[in-house]
Amino acid sequence: MSNQLRIALWALGAPVSVGLIGLLISAMPLIDSNFFFTWGYYLEVVTTGLLTGVLYSLVALGFVLIFKASGVFNFSQGAMVLFAALFFVGFMDKWGLHPALAFLLTAGVMILLAMLIERVVLRPLVNQPAIILFMATIGITYFLDGLGQTIWGSDVFTLDIGLPKDPMFLMEGTFEGGVMVNQFDIVAAVAAGAMVIVLAFLFQYTRIGRALRAVADDHQAALSVGIPLKTIWAIVWSVAGIVGLVAGVMWGSKLGVQFSLALVALKALPVLILGGFTSVPGAIVGGLIIGAGEKIAEIFFGGYIGGGIEDWFAYMLAMVFLLFRPQGLFGEKIIERV
Amino acid sequence: MIYREAGQFKTSYARDGGLYPIRQDRYGLIVLLLVAVFAVPMMSEYWLVTIFLPFLVMAVAALGLNILTGYAGQLSLGTGGFMACGAYAAYKLATAFPDLNIVLVFLGAGLVSALVGILFGIPSLRIKGFYLAVATLAAQFFILWLLNKVPWFVNYSPSGVISAPPRAIFGDIYVTGATATPEAKYLFALAVAALLALAAKNLTRCAIGRSWMAIRDMDIAAEIIGIKPMATKLGAFAISSFYCGIAGAMWAFIYTSSVEANAFEISRSFQVLFMVIIGGLGSILGSFLGAAFIVLLPILLKNAPEMVGLSIPVDVIAHIEFMIFGALIIFFLIVEPHGLARLWQIGKEKLRLWPFPY
Repeated sequence: MSNQLRIALWALGAPVSVGLIGLLISAMPLIDSNFFFTWGYYLEVVTTGLLTGVLYSLVALGFVLIFKASGVFNFSQGAMVLFAALFFVGFMDKWGLHPALAFLLTAGVMILLAMLIERVVLRPLVNQPAIILFMATIGITYFLDGLGQTIWGSDVFTLDIGLPKDPMFLMEGTFEGGVMVNQFDIVAAVAAGAMVIVLAFLFQYTRIGRALRAVADDHQAALSVGIPLKTIWAIVWSVAGIVGLVAGVMWGSKLGVQFSLALVALKALPVLILGGFTSVPGAIVGGLIIGAGEKIAEIFFGGYIGGGIEDWFAYMLAMVFLLFRPQGLFGEKIIERV
Repeated sequence: MIYREAGQFKTSYARDGGLYPIRQDRYGLIVLLLVAVFAVPMMSEYWLVTIFLPFLVMAVAALGLNILTGYAGQLSLGTGGFMACGAYAAYKLATAFPDLNIVLVFLGAGLVSALVGILFGIPSLRIKGFYLAVATLAAQFFILWLLNKVPWFVNYSPSGVISAPPRAIFGDIYVTGATATPEAKYLFALAVAALLALAAKNLTRCAIGRSWMAIRDMDIAAEIIGIKPMATKLGAFAISSFYCGIAGAMWAFIYTSSVEANAFEISRSFQVLFMVIIGGLGSILGSFLGAAFIVLLPILLKNAPEMVGLSIPVDVIAHIEFMIFGALIIFFLIVEPHGLARLWQIGKEKLRLWPFPY
């Protein structure tokens, strides 16, 4: 199947499936007369879910970059998000820097961190089994959580970089009351979209991007044509760190910068398995599906079984999904040889 | 010179296949057990309650995860969920049948966890590696959510906390609940852990264990030589969850006496995973060494500043603890990726030649 056809299928299939699920739910009042449903409300839930999903994808993107280039399952992406957000807010609040300057400085910190991780952790562990590297990234997680909070303290910081926060209403003509959307969420989604486009550009059209793709394809082949693996790893971790910074700024302005940011990143895991560990578009689509799916499930069905199902719904969705497609939506087909 | 098997002849197949073929190992283990049974209970209550009880409980959990991850090669992050399962199953069994022997309660808790383990093990038939690890997180979050949401599991207690009822063995020796003496609890936990370790050691030596290792090393090849992947993988999940369930029951009944579901959240799963990795994947001894390391490390870190006479604010200590913990994990992985059990093995090799290495 050609790429254009696939994209067209997705672009067509997504709204159709949203509509079908909506139809299914709109039939619910027939069974339960207390069930509240209007199409405007349903779309509102879907939109909120999708916009949260974009933020999930942003965290998942960091994972994918590192997994693609080094085969390391980087559990510390969540810690990197928190770490970056803490530095950003620290530079702004405690040092009184301009947001742009703080952003640049924090990006510098993340690059430094990436180089350190490559030098201190990855290089000595080269050629170890994947599970050992995974464990090492959990070690990094603990270390970063501790370090960030030792330097900046464990208070809850509010992060305000002047993004609009008022709700706005779309399509008031079509639906009664319109579809309420938070402006901030839209800004976040646009930022995430821009990030993805920049990354796609970086991967497709620059020398470094070509080297990154070569390494992702085959480490040894890349080494043998003279691509410096160590530099590439440092670059990938830096890029993941900066993606983490963007995610941290977005999540931080939404929830405040605090320890629970590191836990939000756990939500990126089902996004990953849904989309496939090695696919950038997978991370995006997976995030959108998880975001919308868990909001729909929580709001329309959560009440029947006690609420709070957002905690595990994403995992269950991903698990059931994996039973049918073990490599995720866009993952490379797993071919096994004896 | 002291530690070698020269001159120890085996005259029967049974002796040749013994658990500890070298006499020194055998005697060493007996001495260790004697110390654990007679000398350790003489120690102060603080040592028993804060160090030895959690060590034994976590060692059982680590055994369980080691069976699944170390021997059968199925990476799991749902250990905490299975432990919670065991804890609550034991509570329900003990309160529903007050006359049931505590040993049977524990076995029942293990069996319930095993069933849940099989259920969440089903994806392992299709999914491998890290995909499976993330899928097992579903078990972790779903089980905790269920235990928190359904009041039936806590017998409708409004606080959502379960307190272990006091139960006795041999008539009147109370081993569970808040009123039992630390010595009795310790000895009971020791007996459970020792028996389970013995069972695990033998399991891994027999046909079941060999099929686990075959599946771990290459599942397609294993299938070709006639090992059924479904039975093997689900069996590993069942037995691993059985161990984790008993560990959870021990945690709730012996170690803390009252527990809420959040004691078994995701950080507990990672803690057990650390034990298995630091101790040594695919090693029974490693499970115990790893458990000792991970249980002792935070206690040491907490007390270290006082020992050298530093006074640091409590919250800073907590963060620095995190940092040192993370750094030490990385350090250990770099120095010895195969874990403490491997260090012990190297030590044994050295001891054989000592004091006259070539």
